[in-house]
This record gives sequence, C-alpha cells and structure tokens, in this order.
Amino acid sequence: MTRSVTPRRKTLNTALAWVIGLLIFFPILWTILTSFKTEAQAIASPPLFLNFNWTLENYAIVQERSDYMRFLWNSVIIAGGSTILGVIIAVPAAWAMAFVPSKRTKDILLWMLSTKMLPAVGVLYPIYLVFIRLGLLDTRGGLVVVLMLINLPIIVWMLYTYFREIPGEILEAARMDGASLKEEILYVLTPMAIPGIASTVLLNFILAWNEAFWTLNLTAVDAAPLTAFIASYSSPEGLFFAKLSAASTMAIAPILILGWFSQKQLVRGLTFGAVK
Amino acid sequence: MYLRNALRAATAMTLVATAAAHADTLTIATVNNGDMIRMQGYTDKFTEATGIDVEWVTLEENVLRQRVTTDITTKGGTFDIMTIGMYETPIWGANGWLVPLDGLSEEYDVGDILPAMAGGLSHDGTLFAAPFYGESSMIMYRTDLMEKAGMEMPEAPSWQFIKEAAAAMTDRDAEINGICLRGKAGWGEGGAFITAMSNSFGARWFDEEWKPQFDQPEWADTLNFYVEMMNESGPAGYATNGFNENLSLFQQGKCGMWIDATVAASFVTNPDDSTVADHVGFALAPDTGLGKRSNWLWAWALAIPAGTQQEDAAKQFIEWATSKDYIELVAESEGWANVPPGARTSLYENPEYQKVPFAKMTLDSILSADPNSPTVKPVPYVGIQFAAIPEFAGIATQVSQEFSAVYAGQQTVEEALAKAQAFTAEEMEAAGY
Repeated sequence: MTRSVTPRRKTLNTALAWVIGLLIFFPILWTILTSFKTEAQAIASPPLFLNFNWTLENYAIVQERSDYMRFLWNSVIIAGGSTILGVIIAVPAAWAMAFVPSKRTKDILLWMLSTKMLPAVGVLYPIYLVFIRLGLLDTRGGLVVVLMLINLPIIVWMLYTYFREIPGEILEAARMDGASLKEEILYVLTPMAIPGIASTVLLNFILAWNEAFWTLNLTAVDAAPLTAFIASYSSPEGLFFAKLSAASTMAIAPILILGWFSQKQLVRGLTFGAVK
Repeated sequence: MYLRNALRAATAMTLVATAAAHADTLTIATVNNGDMIRMQGYTDKFTEATGIDVEWVTLEENVLRQRVTTDITTKGGTFDIMTIGMYETPIWGANGWLVPLDGLSEEYDVGDILPAMAGGLSHDGTLFAAPFYGESSMIMYRTDLMEKAGMEMPEAPSWQFIKEAAAAMTDRDAEINGICLRGKAGWGEGGAFITAMSNSFGARWFDEEWKPQFDQPEWADTLNFYVEMMNESGPAGYATNGFNENLSLFQQGKCGMWIDATVAASFVTNPDDSTVADHVGFALAPDTGLGKRSNWLWAWALAIPAGTQQEDAAKQFIEWATSKDYIELVAESEGWANVPPGARTSLYENPEYQKVPFAKMTLDSILSADPNSPTVKPVPYVGIQFAAIPEFAGIATQVSQEFSAVYAGQQTVEEALAKAQAFTAEEMEAAGY
C-alpha cells in the first residue's frame, strides 16, 4: 500500500533534507573557503564568509612544500588495492554465508563485526613488530593487507546482505545446467550482484581513503598517503589553519568528485535491504 | 650465457646503486612548526655541501610523539633522526635508545648551547639530543590596555598583580578578557601550564619518596587561584583553550594578557597576522614570592635513534642544523627575528639579535628555569612542566582532564584533586615506585 504525500509535505520534506544536507556539508564548505583566505582572515572574528580577498597563496605554498602527487598516488594504490583484495576474498565468503548457511553463520557474522570494535591502538605494537619482521614498514603492500583486513568484515556484511536478496533458485538452476562453483559465482552471481558489489567497492574505497591511524603509524616516506599529507600541516603551536585547509581540500577533492559521480550507487548500497 | 652474465652484472649494479642511494638518504621525523618548516627549505644547502639527501616526515606534535615512540621502542629503524623534546630525551637516553652526541666537531662549539637546554637534553652528563630551538614561557600583554587600566607591568610581577591587572583590563562589553591561559586537557597543553604555575605556589607532583602530592594545600591554592581569576577575567570556554585558541584571541585583540610559550612572541608581534602587533609588551612569568617562577622550559631537539645505519651522516646533519652557521644563514635570508631561538648563548650575545624586542625576555625566562630544581621543595624528578619518568604522560593526561572538568564547572577543585591523588597513587604503585 502506498501512502499519498501532499505537495506541502513534500516541499517541507525537501526543505528539511536540504537543511540537513547543508548542515552536514558546512564543515567541508568552511574548509574549502578557509583554504582561500590568509592566515589572519582564517581566524578573523566575526568569521568571514565570502567577503574576503580570495587568494591561491596557500595552495602554492602547499604545492611547493609537499609532493602532493606522490601522496595521492599512494592513496589511490592503498585504497584501491585493499578494496579489490577485500572484494576478492569477501565474495566467496558472502556467497557461502548467504546460500549455504550453517547453524553458526549468524554467530560468525557477528564475530566478524565485533573485530571492528577492537581499539586499533591495542594491536599497534604486535602489528608493528610483524611489519618489521616481514620488511613491510613503509610499504604500500603492507598497508593494502592491513586495510583490507580492517574493512573485510564490512565488505562481507554488505555483500552478504545483498546476496540474500538474490533468489537461490537462480543459482540452483545454474548448477543443474552444469555450472561449477567457480562458474556459478563468476558468471551467475557476480553479474547479478554488480550494483551491490559496486556500492560495496565505493564505500570501502572511501573508508580506506580516509583511514588515518594505520596509514600514519605504518608509513614514513615511500608509502605515505594523503592522511600523512594532511597531518604534516596540523600544528598545536601556530595558526596555520589556512594552509591546513588547503591541504585538506586537496586531499578530499578526489574522493568528493568520486562520491559526487557515484552517489546513486552509494545511496543504493547503503539502503539496500532497508525497504522491502 | 652472455645474457645471464649481463643480467647478473645489471643486478649487481642495481644493488650497489640502491645501497649507495640508501646510504646517502636520511629520513628525519619532525614537527610542524615555523622553525622546522623553515629548516626544510634550507635542506638543499646541506645536500649541496655533503651529498647527503634528506627525506622529511612532518607530523603534528602528538602524532609524531606516538609515531617515533612506537618506532624506537620496537627498533623499527624507520628514522635516522627524530625530533624529540626534553621529556623524552633523558628517558630514552637512559634506556640506551639514543646515540650519545659526543665527538661533535670543535667548530660546532657544544659549550655554546645554553646550559639549561644542554642539561635538559642530557642523561648522566651525556648529551643525547641537540636543541634546534628552545623556549620558556612569559607574559605577553597589551601595553595600551595596561595603560588604560592605569597600571604598570613590572618586569617580574607576582600572581596577585596579574590577577588585579586582569580584572582591571577586562571589558566584557568590548569583548576584552583580562587574561587568557591554557585550560585544555592534555599533559602538553593545560597540564603543562598548571604544573608550571603550581611550581610558583610551592606545589610539586611527587615528594622525595615518589608519593603524589595533590592532597597538599599548595595544589588547592594553585587551582583555586587559577579558577577564581579565570572565571573573573578569562574568556568564555577557557576549559578548552590551548595555545592556538589563545593565540587567536590575543591576535584579535581579545586578551589583555597571555602567559604562554616565548615562541608566541614572534606571532603576536607580526603585523601580518596580529591586529595588536604594535602594542605588545613582555614580562617574566609571575611568582608568589616563594622563589620559583611559573615559567617552563622546553626544547625541540634532534636525536639519533640507536641502531640507525647512518649514524655519521645523521651527526653531520645535526651539526649543520643546530650550528651557529645555520642561524647566520636564516638571519641573512629572513632576518634575525626568524632565527631559531633559545638554543645558543652566542645568539643572545649578538648585537643584531639583541635588537629583537622579545630576545632579552626570552633569554631571561630560559635562564630562570631550572629543570633540576623546578619547585620550592625538593623533588626526585627532573623537569619543570613535567616529571621525566615514562609514566608521567599517561598520568598527567588523566589529571589534566580532571582539572579541565573543574574549569568547565563540572566538578569542584577538591573533587578533582582527590581523584588526581587516587589515580596517580594507583598508577605509581602499579609502576613499582
């Protein structure tokens, strides 16, 4: 049964959505605006919204001081690599849980999710020591593995939820037609689940892109991604907000653009299963 | 066969080239502040002179502290030089984690390092880190507001004078707060300030037996005085104000006085950033007449982690970066006001540097701080705004959170001190003191 929505209510809902959206976006907008101010304008009171002398000086300073492209490339490799590796491992796991569940499947899923509740700093030293032993400190490969492991529970959960929406009879039919397990997953399940996999990939790419604890603690020079780039402009002793804002804007720009062009998939991925 | 030999030769050459490249590149972890960033700009001069490349890892202070601590305690070997402070140096030196900085060249003139700095960066008389710049804390005040209040700032005022002056300068309608002080939780933020202030009230963290002293009247006197003065003349929300928040307020003309790091002097007198640059005076941090002032002592210094493969190159860099020549280099290019302060005696003997308005007060503040005798009563620890023991950072962070809760009006001074006493006693006992 569908509920009729009056035009007035629709307008109110739209206005409310815009207000909430703008509130959420405001810190990002403020960061972008601050990046075009001088340091003095950045801390002016009352704050300057648009009525200031716009300058690109902060971007020039950041560009001169840091090798932005190196940080960006590392972010792309680490976020992309960990996401792809995670999906490769999570698809078979989610398939098994969705289509051949055991008595303990729900428990395993909850256990996997519970690992996300472990404070990262609690395992910093063991992982750091393992990285030293394996020569993985300050390597992109090492971070790809760590970030994949961190995000794996979310990837499995998302794919599991999505796979559960796919009728098991279709896979059964494929099996009856002689498809092997590999063929069933690769040629039947995966194409049907492409929208779900795409939104999972996008969300995990963003999570890996924004991850700051491990990327700061396990890198130095060669593998340092954009989180390290931002951290190098933060200072508790000195007002460098305009430069920090410029660095932050440069760091979030790629992910903002990606998010803008893929917002439909993202919303779909975050809401699937929510409305039956 | 020819191809195989050619491949072997190429591989060998690559390995040699890689090893050579590695041997000639130093990785340095450092903090993001004006002096350190400036030094990065001059690194090419060092590379030109020595052929040694430098890779910088610049991090926010707290992130840096965690990063280098993890690396040195696990012998990670990621960095060849680390930027550390007076808190870490004696502890790490005692643990054998740092390379002693002996055998420095004669031209370097290690005896020129200010004794307070050298003392704080040594263990058992051995220097383990070379100060790049040093700082103490002092009063920065608005000369125009002080005059308007009909008062005159002494060169070495008492806390009572500061309290009265703050009340006289406060003008809530004009959004002027008589005094701005740190209240933010964190051992290096509000914790550092209140510890330095408590020294002038005769308080101490531990007695000679390492027993916490928060149950003594000196701590209650310190906190009650601070809270009363700040509630009367401080800015709203001072419980969350740290260095940057107060700097921002002062630069916008909203503070009559600000007691904080001497390094802030160059910011508040810079007309590009400060609206009150022409009306700033300086004075020594206040006291209560007990013989100790409330100024601290800190240095950002360069140290070499034990186990680095590039000890000689690292020493070469440290000699260059903390030398008299480096100071001259910066002065030539950017003026004397921009040289790293607080590290060398010769800098303060230089007539050109003596013209910098805050030079004398910075030196006087540094010279009046004694990390080996920080407070009125004897203490078993070294350090003014900290106690140089490994447990201090964790304990002081917790204690400063309790104090910040008092500033925010969430609990009383007595409650906070009782919690601080209980927590510190428990932690110290667990640590085996």
